[in-house]
Parts: sequence; structure tokens; C-alpha cells
Amino acid sequence: MTKITYITHDNKDHTIDVQNGLTVMEGAVQNDIPGIDADCGGGMACATCHVYVKDEWFDKIPAKEDGEEDMLDMAFEPKKNSRLSCQIIVSDELDGLTVNIPSKQG
Amino acid sequence: MNKIDALIIGAGPTGLFTAHQLKLIGLNCEIVDNLDKIGGQCIELYPDKPIYDIPAVPECTGEELTNNLINQLKPFDIKFHLSERVDEVRKENENWVVKTNNGTIFLTPNVIIAGGVGSFEPRKFPVKECEKFENKSIFYSIKNKKIFEGKTVTIFGGGDSALDWAVELSSNSKVNLIHRREDFRGAQATVDKIYELVKDGKINLFTKYQMTSIKGDVQLESIDIKNDDNEIENIKTDYALGFFGLIMQLGPIANWGLNINKKTIEVDTEKFETNQKGIYAVGDICNYPGKLKLILSGFHEGALAARACFKLARPNEKYRFEFTTSSKTIKDRLGVKGD
Repeated sequence: MTKITYITHDNKDHTIDVQNGLTVMEGAVQNDIPGIDADCGGGMACATCHVYVKDEWFDKIPAKEDGEEDMLDMAFEPKKNSRLSCQIIVSDELDGLTVNIPSKQG
Repeated sequence: MNKIDALIIGAGPTGLFTAHQLKLIGLNCEIVDNLDKIGGQCIELYPDKPIYDIPAVPECTGEELTNNLINQLKPFDIKFHLSERVDEVRKENENWVVKTNNGTIFLTPNVIIAGGVGSFEPRKFPVKECEKFENKSIFYSIKNKKIFEGKTVTIFGGGDSALDWAVELSSNSKVNLIHRREDFRGAQATVDKIYELVKDGKINLFTKYQMTSIKGDVQLESIDIKNDDNEIENIKTDYALGFFGLIMQLGPIANWGLNINKKTIEVDTEKFETNQKGIYAVGDICNYPGKLKLILSGFHEGALAARACFKLARPNEKYRFEFTTSSKTIKDRLGVKGD
């Protein structure tokens, strides 16, 4: 289990134990964290699981694969630290990861 | 008014195969979809991506799967109502009266919702004030390009739609193209063309910029864009076009009195019927214990919902299970010769 903190748009912290191997998106959806829609179910095909990764974590998580940046073009208010949470796989190294959920997904 | 045995909402893989199942058992049906083409998410989100878990099809793309399903429907005459969205569903005696945004009306005992995650709508600018200029000086699709002649048009986006329109409009308009990063995801040939037009002064290109605010009273006057280093540029423009792809919205379905939970509709697993008699939900949009959001599950759900439709469409007849390999009736419907 790895602790992941989701900060929703209303500035509430939700710290959750997420099983290693799941994605940050799945951790949010399974625990009813509001603000992650994940319409396509994790296929990197919709940009509705968009999160902002805290700067100190951004370089520690595995880099984006082909296609993620393309999808982020369509995300709502993308920034430099934007990621699709369906593409971040939870592991021991990510213990303490904090992500901010945008005000909207589309 | 179109009187039919069943109306299918959604022309994705599940809707298409459900139509096939309805026609096989002798029911007629029509299909409505908000997109301008057949295929749903397969064609809109991942036409070129390979799928590996369709039974008996080791690998196919979203587009190939769609084409195969359309081919499978060839023996049947099925009317598609594309670019139409179902807005209203109302009970009238034993039937449902269904109205689309184009004014098409259906009368049917069976409505099958195969709506994926809802209808596709264009993604809009995050800046709230854009709403008041929408369809006046801010557009997310182009119906009449003549209005841009001789004007300044500011295009946002980095995919094919944004690039194609930038190229097209640059011949008769002053074009600004704005994209949040330096890489474009459009076709390479179009990207090359864009750079050529930038060099010739036909397109003003701003990369790593995004919209932050707009100005204007009745008409759009200018747009502020900001880059990653928080530098702001003000661009005078007559029109703004946003091409950020499509997003799925549940839309009017939410108002039909169905049990909806997290954008999905609760159904039973015998008929895939909702809490409303004669309204079914199949594919990604339905929910029940153990639901898997796979295309193959949608096929199964559609096959069972189609059988359930028979009872309401032919109340005085008995449905008889038959195999396509041996039934003469089915072969006649398919227009193939028996043994």
C-alpha cells in the first residue's frame, strides 16, 4: 500500500492507501474522490483524469509515454505539471505523492 | 412520426450489434447518434489504435471494428439518424415518444440506450466569458467559413482540425494560431505547411501560449494569451476558434427518470432493462454488479436486450430461440440461401 494525497479543487486533502500496481486514477475512482471522471476507463483516450503533480514529485514519477502529451492538449487548463492520472502507476517509490485535481475535467 | 419496434440511441459497436440482433429476430429498428459518423468512441477516440480483445478477432483498429460491424448489418435496411441528439423521452400509453433536437419523432415500445459515456460535445475554452460570444464570434466547429473572409481569426489547438482550418482560412483571413506547446499532433504534412505559411507571414504562430481572458462588448475584440513564463500578449481579433477535441456528456439522458449512478444507468442482467419498462441500457453506459466496460460485454448485453424488446414489440407472438446456422427464417432475413 502506498499513500497518495489527492487535493480537490475546494482545497480538501484526501490521503488514501492505494494498492501498488493500480493507477493514481483508479485509486481516486475506487475511493470516490470527486473530480476525476476517467470517461474512457484508463485508455489514454479522453483526458478526463487530468491532475497537476506537485512540483517536487513531477520529476520523480515515470515520464510520459507517447500520446499522453497529445491528450493533454485537450485537457481543461493544462499546465507544465499536468499528467493523466491513468498513466501513473502506484509503487513504493511514489509513497507520499500529492496531486491536485483541476476544477473541471472538460 | 416514425413507428418502430425499437430505437437505439448510440451508433457505437454495442448499438450496431444490438441492431443486428434485433433484425435477426425479426424486429425493425432505427439508430440515432449525436456524432456525424457511425462508430462511437471507436471512431472518435481511437480509430487507429489496435484492439486485441474482440473474440475471434486477434487484432483490429477501432475503424476496422466499426467497418466490420457495418458490413455485418449490410443485409438489413437500417435507418441512421446521425448528427441528431435525443432530447426527450416521454411515455404515451404502451409506447415511448422520443424526440430529437432536429425534431424527428419516434413512437416505439422499446428504447435501447447504447450511449457509451454520453454524447460527444466539443470541449470549450476554460474562460467563462467565452459563453456569451459562443456561436457569434467564438466557435468550436465551422459551418460557414465565408464569415471569416477579410477578418482576423485566432485559432487555438494543435491537432488536425486546428491546423487544417489555419491553413484553409489563411488564404482569405488574417490567422493567429495558438498552441500550448511546440509540438503539434496533426499530420506532418500539415505541420510543414503551417511553418511555411508562418515563414511567409500568412499565419502568426504563438506556441506555449494559452488563453487567459477575452475582451469585447457585443463583439469579441481581443484575447489575452499567457505563456509558461507568465508573459501576456494581447491579440486583436474578430473571431476565436477552439479545437480541443470532444468530451462525452451524459446530456439529456439524466432527465429521463432513470436510476443513474456515476454517469451510468442501473439495469437488471436478464433484460438489461432500466427502472423504466421498455427502456434498456447496454454497453459502457449500463451498470450492474460485475459490469466490465468491454466491447464484448456490450455485445452480450445487446443480444439479451433485443430479446426483451420482442415481448413488447410483438405481445401476441412467442419468441422462439434459433441459431443462425440452421434457421431458415433467419437465413431469409439475412438474404442467404439455405442448405
